[in-house]
Amino acid sequence: MKLTQLSLFLENRPGRLIEPTRLLAAEGINVMTLCLADTAEFGILRLIVQDPKRAAEVLNGAGWTVNLTEVVAVEVPDQPGGLAAVLGVFEQAGLNVEYVYAFTLRRDDRAILVFRFQEPDQAIAALQASGHQVLDAERLDALVG
Amino acid sequence: MLKELWNDAAGGFHPASAPDFLPESALKEVQLRRLRAVVQRAYDNVALFQERLRERGLTPAAIESLADIRHLPFTVKADLRDTYPFGLFASPMSEVVRLHASSGTTGKPIVVAYTREDIEVWSEVMARTLACCSLHRGDIVQNAFGYGLFTGGLGAHYGAEALGATVIPISGGNTDRQIMVIRDFGVSALFSTPSYFTHLVERASELGIDLRELPLRVGVFGAEPWSDGMRSHIEAAAGISAFDIYGLSEIIGPGVASECPEHHGLHVFEDHFYPEIIDPETGEPLPDGEEGELVLTTLSKRAMPMIRYRTRDITAIIPERCGCGRSLRRIQRIGRRSDDMIIIRGVNIFPSQVEAALLAVEGTLPHYRIILSREQGLDQMTVEVEVTPEVLSDQVRVIEDMRERIAQAIERILGIRVGLRLVEPHSIERSQGKAKRVIDQRGD
Ligand SMILES: [Zn+2]
Repeated sequence: MKLTQLSLFLENRPGRLIEPTRLLAAEGINVMTLCLADTAEFGILRLIVQDPKRAAEVLNGAGWTVNLTEVVAVEVPDQPGGLAAVLGVFEQAGLNVEYVYAFTLRRDDRAILVFRFQEPDQAIAALQASGHQVLDAERLDALVG
Repeated sequence: MLKELWNDAAGGFHPASAPDFLPESALKEVQLRRLRAVVQRAYDNVALFQERLRERGLTPAAIESLADIRHLPFTVKADLRDTYPFGLFASPMSEVVRLHASSGTTGKPIVVAYTREDIEVWSEVMARTLACCSLHRGDIVQNAFGYGLFTGGLGAHYGAEALGATVIPISGGNTDRQIMVIRDFGVSALFSTPSYFTHLVERASELGIDLRELPLRVGVFGAEPWSDGMRSHIEAAAGISAFDIYGLSEIIGPGVASECPEHHGLHVFEDHFYPEIIDPETGEPLPDGEEGELVLTTLSKRAMPMIRYRTRDITAIIPERCGCGRSLRRIQRIGRRSDDMIIIRGVNIFPSQVEAALLAVEGTLPHYRIILSREQGLDQMTVEVEVTPEVLSDQVRVIEDMRERIAQAIERILGIRVGLRLVEPHSIERSQGKAKRVIDQRGD
């Protein structure tokens, strides 16, 4: 039920962000979303892509070092209150969110929230118990495809 | 030597190693006889040496014992530059069969010469080096030392052939091809600089090739200082036993000293290269066991004898007998050169100290370099460290914590706070030969 997120280390220099996305595009790998966490000195680029294993191979082959992390993605209606409802579930279950980012799908009015936990399995159990739709790679493919 | 008598089993005694086991008295006798001959040869044929002996009122007859070597003048690197290109040759060009040159970091290169006998001695000491590193006939050897003016490539090549191993003269560079050859040819031993091998290991892992599953079992590394931590990293990542070898062009090239399977110091092939340790400040000889500058005398070189050559390498002679049974004395692994010392804000710093700090925090040695600059008259030192797969995280906080631990470790070891910058993997240029760790932009 988890998605594999790719993380890359970037120095804060103009143009660095473009390179990995360009590499993946050239290989026909669809980047669903990316999110940059940065400090004054460096940034970490996090990517959700359609084929993370192949994406990691492509990036490795081009000399990038890639970190793979499992994250939990939840589908919510893209309207006020969507995020709050999900966060409520975690609060009740006593789970700490390390970070979260969101993206929307072009085709319909749904948003995808991506969460990073120390204990992703507990988070998934809590979400499922409260009736939320947790995304696996297949479902994400179907939504994008 | 009859090749039929060779013991080809790994770890078996190799006849090439016979001189390594000379009894001490026999060794001293050979050393004294050769020392007297080489001093005479240099006196007769090298004007600079004769002049220096005369200034001291000495003749070659003054050498009556090995201890008398202390009366002879030192030779330093500047002597080779001042007499560039051929001023220290003791043989006419008609007897010289090979020239090599090393790029000095500043100014003119230095040129070194070999007669046919010199090449034979070089092949012998390199064959002994490789036997010492547990190689034998039947080994498939990939020689990734650079071929050309640098002595590493050809020196190792001749030695491996003399040993009877199968040599692949691939030279440095083209890492993907190197990895393909290691895999496809069933290579069992590889020679290179340790920094290049680290790069090769990293690249193999990117290509999804696990070196530990291949027949590669021995790495022979030299031409630059490398730490024990780097050794553990290389050995674990490639599934090999890593040996340190030592040599310098001025003396002969690789083949001056080598580690044995005990991995505790390097045996000096002292029947050809006589080692002394001196106090680098006063020039006085130091007893075995004390740390100082290594000084070498070539006992059998013909084309270019070096008498008491100051290597600038800091080490100590290990006086105890080695567990491998060789009677040759050992020197400690060379961690620093007096030339490598950086003086910043009055503090003496060696790159190896920065390396130790990085190893202590990360467990493995990342690629790094030291940038020296001057801002408003003040010297600044910045360490650039590549982010390795082991420390890369998806969380900013984790990377910042690691950065702070490195900064603290460096400060603890050096005693001063220096700049620290995390840089992208592969952003620091990989060398095919010796790694250039220090970039001095201070402009004087
Ligand atoms: Zn030994």
